[in-house]
Amino acid sequence: MIWQLDILILLIVVICAIASITVKDILSSALLLGAYSFLMCLLWTGMGAVDVAFTEAAVGAGISTAFFIGAVFHMTRRTKD
Amino acid sequence: MDTMDFIIGKYNYWIYIVLMMIGFYAMIAKNNFAKKIVGMNIFQTAIILFFISTASKTGGATIPIIKSEHLAAGAQAITAPQYLNPLPHVLMLTAIVVMVSTFGVALAVLMMLYRKYRTLEEDEIMAILKMEKD
Repeated sequence: MIWQLDILILLIVVICAIASITVKDILSSALLLGAYSFLMCLLWTGMGAVDVAFTEAAVGAGISTAFFIGAVFHMTRRTKD
Repeated sequence: MDTMDFIIGKYNYWIYIVLMMIGFYAMIAKNNFAKKIVGMNIFQTAIILFFISTASKTGGATIPIIKSEHLAAGAQAITAPQYLNPLPHVLMLTAIVVMVSTFGVALAVLMMLYRKYRTLEEDEIMAILKMEKD
């Protein structure tokens, strides 16, 4: 585990989390949540939890984002906050 | 110096607390239901980050697979400092699956809500419900 890379990824993760709850568009929120999940699984790979990381990459980031984008097209993209 | 090392050395845990509070804030304070679900997802991922951080070890520990050099190194095949703790990994594997299924059910409820009220804002839905009651 390289600590400089670790801190960099942790900072980008926090930025992605804040951005995904503040953007005024649900589709952007879904895509930022997907980026957040992929960065999180990079972090877990660095910590040696490869099984958790590839489950998160396949299911948490891939399928969740696909579901969310599919749901957004059946709903509205508009949000007030 | 000792306390500074403690604070800096555990940076994963500080970021986990920050992420957890971001998710909690989104669940409580956001008006849009989709944003609340995003907050729930962030909250759950933060908890998984905490558990994986407890499992990690410094000093070249790897995943629990016995290699030939491990056997050659000593008489005992399995020594704990050579391996990461696999128990939190397995627990969090289950938690990820639960997270995704919760997310899917929440999205289904959200779509039904939109079909009925044509909006995802909490206050607008509350206003419609109040109007229907009167």
